[in-house]
Amino acid sequence: MKALRTLSSGALIALLALVACSSNGPQKPASSSTSANPSEPSVPPPAATLRLISQSEYANSIAGVFGADITVKIRFAPVNRVDGLLSVGRSSAVLTSGALDPLDASARSIAAQAVDPAHRRFLIPCVPAKIDARDDKCARTFLAKVGRLIYRRPLTSDELTRAVETAGAAVGPSGDFYAGLRYTLSAMLISPEFLFVREMAEPDPGRPGAWRLDGYSKASRLSFLLWDSGPDDELLNAAGRGELHDPRGLKRQVDRMIGSPLYKQGVRAFFADFLVLESFDTLTKDPVIYPAFTLKAVDEAREQILSTVVDHLVDRDGDYRDLFTTRHTFLSSDLAVLYRIPVDIGSQGSVPYEFQEGDPRAGILTQIGFLAQYAHPGRSSSTRRGRGIREVLLCQKVPDPPPNVDFSIIEDPKAHFHTARERLAAHQQNPVCAGCHARTDPIGLGLENFDGAGQYRTRENGAVIDASGKLDGNTFSDGVGLGRAVRESPALKSCIVDRLYAYSVGRKVGPDETALLEYYESVLEQRGFRFEEMLRLMIFDRSFFAIAAPETLAASNNASMEESHHAHQD
Amino acid sequence: MLIKTENLTRRHVLRGILNGAAVTVSLPILEMFMNDNGTAMAATGEALPARFGTWFWGLGVNHDIFTPKTVGPNYDLPLQMQSLEKVKQHLNVFTNYNVLTDGRPNLCHYTGWVALRCGSAPSGRGQLPGQSLDVAIADAVGSGTRFRSICLTATGAPRDSYSFLSADAVNPPDISAVEFYQKMFGSEFQDPNSPDFKPDPGVMMRRSVLSGVSEQRKQIEATVGAADKVRLDQYYTSIRELENRLELQLKKPPPAPSCKAPPRAPAELPVGVDVELVSLRHRAMTDLLVMALACNQSKVFNMVYSDSASSLTRKGLDKTHHIVTHEEVVDPVKGYQIEASRFVGDSFKELAYFLEKLAGVPEGDGSLLDHCLIYAHSDCQLAKTHSIDGIPMFTAGRLNGAIKTGLHVDGKGEPGTRLGYTLQRLMGLPITSWGQGSMQTSREITEIIA
Repeated sequence: MKALRTLSSGALIALLALVACSSNGPQKPASSSTSANPSEPSVPPPAATLRLISQSEYANSIAGVFGADITVKIRFAPVNRVDGLLSVGRSSAVLTSGALDPLDASARSIAAQAVDPAHRRFLIPCVPAKIDARDDKCARTFLAKVGRLIYRRPLTSDELTRAVETAGAAVGPSGDFYAGLRYTLSAMLISPEFLFVREMAEPDPGRPGAWRLDGYSKASRLSFLLWDSGPDDELLNAAGRGELHDPRGLKRQVDRMIGSPLYKQGVRAFFADFLVLESFDTLTKDPVIYPAFTLKAVDEAREQILSTVVDHLVDRDGDYRDLFTTRHTFLSSDLAVLYRIPVDIGSQGSVPYEFQEGDPRAGILTQIGFLAQYAHPGRSSSTRRGRGIREVLLCQKVPDPPPNVDFSIIEDPKAHFHTARERLAAHQQNPVCAGCHARTDPIGLGLENFDGAGQYRTRENGAVIDASGKLDGNTFSDGVGLGRAVRESPALKSCIVDRLYAYSVGRKVGPDETALLEYYESVLEQRGFRFEEMLRLMIFDRSFFAIAAPETLAASNNASMEESHHAHQD
Repeated sequence: MLIKTENLTRRHVLRGILNGAAVTVSLPILEMFMNDNGTAMAATGEALPARFGTWFWGLGVNHDIFTPKTVGPNYDLPLQMQSLEKVKQHLNVFTNYNVLTDGRPNLCHYTGWVALRCGSAPSGRGQLPGQSLDVAIADAVGSGTRFRSICLTATGAPRDSYSFLSADAVNPPDISAVEFYQKMFGSEFQDPNSPDFKPDPGVMMRRSVLSGVSEQRKQIEATVGAADKVRLDQYYTSIRELENRLELQLKKPPPAPSCKAPPRAPAELPVGVDVELVSLRHRAMTDLLVMALACNQSKVFNMVYSDSASSLTRKGLDKTHHIVTHEEVVDPVKGYQIEASRFVGDSFKELAYFLEKLAGVPEGDGSLLDHCLIYAHSDCQLAKTHSIDGIPMFTAGRLNGAIKTGLHVDGKGEPGTRLGYTLQRLMGLPITSWGQGSMQTSREITEIIA
């Protein structure tokens, strides 16, 4: 079964209603991925987006503008996960009053730090003539410089004039030049121009009648994708000079950005979203059942996943699929206890570690993080793990359970089920449950050698655990084998392509883009699914910056056409 | 459906009612107790604040050991209601009210609460087909205090909120009592009973700077599509709310005799949903909330005790509350799930704590609770079967005498939206119906109206 790709929500619901939980599930037409000579399809250009920035984009942008020693303490209001990504949900997210409150408090805190005596020497490129009076020249110099980084484009002359005026007016009551800057900065930091990434279209001079993203919008799209942060000075310069419209100029910037240390930050951000790592913020285990699963271990488990991803995909330039089989990882102090591996390490930091051939662990599915994330607080869950693999990694939808489930079989105290496999087998005797569980449990049971905290075990309630199973025709006998089967699953490839593309353009991907996604997949089939390769394929594709005419313009065109139509009728 | 009443003074309509004239446009109930200025009048002539709150717990009850055998006053307290004995006089309990889905699926632990909050069953998980009633109420009565509404969750999980404008605009809850303390009683708090008041020039400057944020509104909105313009409109509404808050801070707050701001923040609690930890968090948040209300920081509040598919745990138990409801064997002697029922009991102990705290603050001619209207409900009736028939609901508080308490009302299978509609009418919303499809109603539950 391949991933569900770009079905409209209505079609998806209808399809799911039809197939319910038949073990075959919804089928996708055969992919063109085996085509020897893929050719790039043309897809209609999408509408420009208005995307709320994420918490990490916010924090990284602030570090980019003011330096990493500015403390950013903020928790963004949660947004909807749409099509598997928070990033897509942000393209329809709304800032309610409750969501704006912490942003306001944070803006004021950042602004206060930026102009305090410890930072002003470095951040403000001029000194006012008098500290207790307005100095418009100095304010203009500073606000033009930081405003450009905050708004991700140069301030218009009007904007700059207003900002300088605001800063000057604020000096009066406070009697402090820097207080004026502070108030102005705090306003900029809760402006929609900072909090939302507003993409702008402009006519494409190379293709009459067509539109393209303007240079600064291109810079933001690249920067948030590759760095999880706003554009730096050099990228804005390139945008200002029009270089991002030129393939060579674009390549120069992309090469520079991928070569930057900030690139790892970008890779981490994608995987934190794709792998639903925000769930670690509230992940806990029962302290009586799993005393070693400390809150510190939770942080370390999350970090282990991301460190493994970055090491494998960036430092080793590995194939994405091999993340599910790699023996390389990192260990830290509290995790080592859960892994029962003696490592010589202090309480902080981590050390590289390689699982040996024959070890029951390899790949990120057998890491404490994944195992604990998809389990109950007091026990493992084959269903949650199977669902996690299906929905997150393979982009396949597992429907909700029916409301009136009969658990009487597994409730029977006389049944004496020892293992999860026995319990779930009994549960599947109910035909209402069997369809969905047939899709989740056989995969999840492959990880039954790991308890709810991800600790290795061979027995459950005295009975030997059978962790064998089958995925897409590939059989396995344990978690390492499951990792190999996932690695070979066709849906793993289409899923990463779908998610990375949606993430990179920051919006819902429409059904008319299916052909494009299949094209990417077919190219990567030949080149390998290295992460940088995937990114470059998408970024340098002609579709990446394509954009439809602005809706307002289209509306006015329609209106004028209608007027003209009426005029003819009159 | 909204009705316009601008051309009718409240007295005008009241006079119509008193003279026995046929009145087709009825007055929202709260307004019957108001003067023409819209301020509620007590016998003393002093203005009485009216607050609205919600309290949510997950995984319902067991009808067999929850539903009182008698209706009306002096109802009995079956096993699962016994934790509420001390607050019974403040409560009404509503049973046998249903959620009707009009052919849409019953989405486990979702359909029930969505329908009871916004009046319509969702067609899919994640969809919210309207705004929650607390938002409508906050829009109507929430001005004049620093916070239009307050959202708290004792689970400490940022997604546990049942207050929303839409699926893309869920009101985020405070998840930490320490942070909530800072928000309510931190540096921006102005003690209403302090004899000194001097407007803070810094606040004036902030307000002035904020108004500048909206200056480019037209220009920015002209560049985006219709859907994004709606989103930006909401952003600017939020900015405006912030400005309003600053404006309030520039005025001396009216005295609030019961306001005694807590001198320090409560102790920080770790992440987690162990039932004892959640109780500590709930109580710390409740204590602060009660004082925030007494200090007029907000008039609308939402408290989540546990999430809809309650993930609460108990030390040493390998299952969550949710898993227990599905997997625990029904005790053959007692005839119910003992552990699942224990979790329900824990929920109601917390509800009792919540109400006792509100009732413990003297205010005017009664208590803070007497000036509140609280709507408490769950996501289902029997969690084991995800039943959305007979989802348990309560009201608490007398809303300045507008509502009777101490009653058990049998809904006889009618839509649960009747209660939500009644509450909105009681809070003064000029609506003549609420809900969609089979959940639409224009009938108040008159038994509880004083």
